[in-house]
Amino acid sequence: MHLVYPVVIAALLFAVGVYGVLARRNAILVLMSVELMLNAVNLNLVVFDMRWADRLHGGQILTLFVIVLAAAEVGIGLALILLIYRNRQTVDVDRLRTLAEGDPDPEAGSMTDDEGVRR
Amino acid sequence: MIVVAAVAVVLPFAAALIGMLFGHTVSHLLSPLARRLRTPAPGASRRGALVLARRMPANGPALIAVLPVAASTVLTAVLAADQLRDPATHVGTLTRVPTGTASVALSLQVDGLVSVVALLVCCVALAVQIYSVAYMRDDPRYSSYAAFVSLFTAAMLLVVLSGDLLVLYVGWEVMGICSYFLIGHYWHDRATSRAAVKAFLVTRLGDVGFLFGIFVLGLAAHSFQIREIIGRVGIMSHTALLAGTLLLLCGVAGKSAQFPLHTWLPDAMAGPTPISALIHAATMVAAGVYVVARLYPAFWFAPASLAVLGVIAAISMLGAALAALAQDDLKRVLAYSTISQLAYMAAGLAVGARDGAVFHLLAHGAFKALLFLGAGCVIVAVGSNLMSAMGGLRLAMPVTFWSMTIGFAALAGIPPASGFFSKDTILSQAWKAAHDRGAPPAGGRISLEPLYARPDLQGRPAGFVAVKAKARDLMGAPVPDIPSWVAWLVLITGLLTVVITAAYCTRTWLVTFFGERRSAVRAREATPLMRWPVAALAIPALILGFFGLGSAELRPEWGMAVISLLCAAAGAGGVYLVWNNDPALDPVRLLGPLRPVLRAAFYLDTVYDVAIVRPVRALASLVVHADERVVDAGVEGSGRGARRLGGLLRVTENGNAQAYVSGLFAGVVLIVVAVVVLT
Repeated sequence: MHLVYPVVIAALLFAVGVYGVLARRNAILVLMSVELMLNAVNLNLVVFDMRWADRLHGGQILTLFVIVLAAAEVGIGLALILLIYRNRQTVDVDRLRTLAEGDPDPEAGSMTDDEGVRR
Repeated sequence: MIVVAAVAVVLPFAAALIGMLFGHTVSHLLSPLARRLRTPAPGASRRGALVLARRMPANGPALIAVLPVAASTVLTAVLAADQLRDPATHVGTLTRVPTGTASVALSLQVDGLVSVVALLVCCVALAVQIYSVAYMRDDPRYSSYAAFVSLFTAAMLLVVLSGDLLVLYVGWEVMGICSYFLIGHYWHDRATSRAAVKAFLVTRLGDVGFLFGIFVLGLAAHSFQIREIIGRVGIMSHTALLAGTLLLLCGVAGKSAQFPLHTWLPDAMAGPTPISALIHAATMVAAGVYVVARLYPAFWFAPASLAVLGVIAAISMLGAALAALAQDDLKRVLAYSTISQLAYMAAGLAVGARDGAVFHLLAHGAFKALLFLGAGCVIVAVGSNLMSAMGGLRLAMPVTFWSMTIGFAALAGIPPASGFFSKDTILSQAWKAAHDRGAPPAGGRISLEPLYARPDLQGRPAGFVAVKAKARDLMGAPVPDIPSWVAWLVLITGLLTVVITAAYCTRTWLVTFFGERRSAVRAREATPLMRWPVAALAIPALILGFFGLGSAELRPEWGMAVISLLCAAAGAGGVYLVWNNDPALDPVRLLGPLRPVLRAAFYLDTVYDVAIVRPVRALASLVVHADERVVDAGVEGSGRGARRLGGLLRVTENGNAQAYVSGLFAGVVLIVVAVVVLT
């Protein structure tokens, strides 16, 4: 099998993941897109491990590590999303603007105006 | 003697300290005792116990204030008696404070001049303290008031007794601050607190010059000790002497309320009346004249300073007397007359009558304290400061009436009261100065320099005395080397002032005590504690003049005495005739359109307001404006600018995590592209 097929597939998967992270609004879908990107990387690792075929199969071992890490990451991510949902009744990342500093208000001199969720 | 003097200074100081800290504690300690005295013990005479109880009220601050001043009075009387018996100069130095150049000596000096002035200060302070016990009885802050009066007394005694100019300056400043606090005793009244600030600032203006004058004289003489400065006036450079004495005159004009800096004194009458009597009539304002008398040899060798002093005195004398004529407030009449009388002393010093000036200082201290305390009695009785509310008090208040009659006689220079003798001494000396200058003796101007060029006289404290004796041999009494027109000016304004002084004394006396009663209040004689100090001060006011008969310099000269008596009679008689036409009206009405001008003291306050106060305020508001609009605006503007600049970057920080990641991704792409393209 030519190397180009799996690499292109991995690239497409990664692109889909990037698109999902950048464009989806649902936090769960964003998390899934992250998983897609990780899996694209995994695919690359496996493909190039086969290609180089070194004795230790470092690529496959690293893939296993990445899968474990991805599982842990998804656990934490889902927990965060669950808590956000409980607190805010939404998982729409466009509405979660708490990271932003409040509107600049030079006269009052206050830097933070923690009103990101106010609609 | 020095120890006695030191104790006399320290006693009122200690009284001030204790009174300030423990005044009310002592009252509490005394109250059971007073109560026991009020309930008569069995066996004791009931009447005696009652009298004792009334004599000894449970008033701790009063006891703390009065007793030490009484002790100081006794001590200064001892000093004066000792000087009378054996005139000598005692100097005692506690320690010397090294300063790098001329050291400061913590020393006291006692001589004839010092001891009599100290006695005057103590007597007046004692009378005022006793008077205040009654006058300020209902005042909640009497304790601090009495403590400040004590502190003032201590400071004045320090000024009088100090043997060192810088120590003198310490007392001088303490007096200034006490004056500020006491004028502002009723600080909740806005006018009063403004008067206090005005007094403080105006005298402070003069004090700056005074301090530098001390420096100039002290550095020129390599010593701040008065005795050594006086001893070295002959060998000092003329420039230093002239500069030093002129600078000293600034302080003298400020403290003694002379012409350019006099405006604080009439306003200072806003304070309690006993304070006006003590500080603004009898003692503190005399300090300026006293310092000139103390350093007289220095002024003697700088005749230009004496000429300046004479001109200032002539202006103050006549202007203040005219202003006194038109006032309606009894205390302001007395305030302007104080300026006028202090100007007499300054004029006396200017024409060489040092002893006469000191004589007038003593007499004035006695009769002006008397007049002010009497005025306090009248004001309490009538309930108003204004003379338009007085009148017909002669029968209601006999003690006050007779005492104040003596006081007014002394002020106007009617014999046999003391003012006549002292004023006459000054006027006759002015005549002598004018006359001798007008027709100079064969040698032309009398130059005293040759005497001081003699090596055997150099640096000797006795030098001045020798010169004085020598000069007296030549022409009877020494005349300083002032231009003759100054002497003529002093003489003529002096005589004019005698006329006007007599006029305003008569007017005040008549309007206050004679004629119809003008207010509905039923006036009653003041309480004994207020009445008797007034009556006691009447004695020195009446007889002090006769003490001058013992000295050749102070004996009145008949020619001048008759002239000044005629002048006084003219002024008094004129006012009496006007008043007699219609006793219900104020004789001052004849001044017509001049009256408001005189009443406002030639609008000098307004002139100062326009020329100094308003420009300074405008400048201040300009500075504030610049501070707000330039300095502050710069600081705030830079902050606002930084914030606005940050606002541009803030646009990207919108809280959308996806936008952040997009940025990140775009960055990665850019880097990758760059790496690919560039490598």
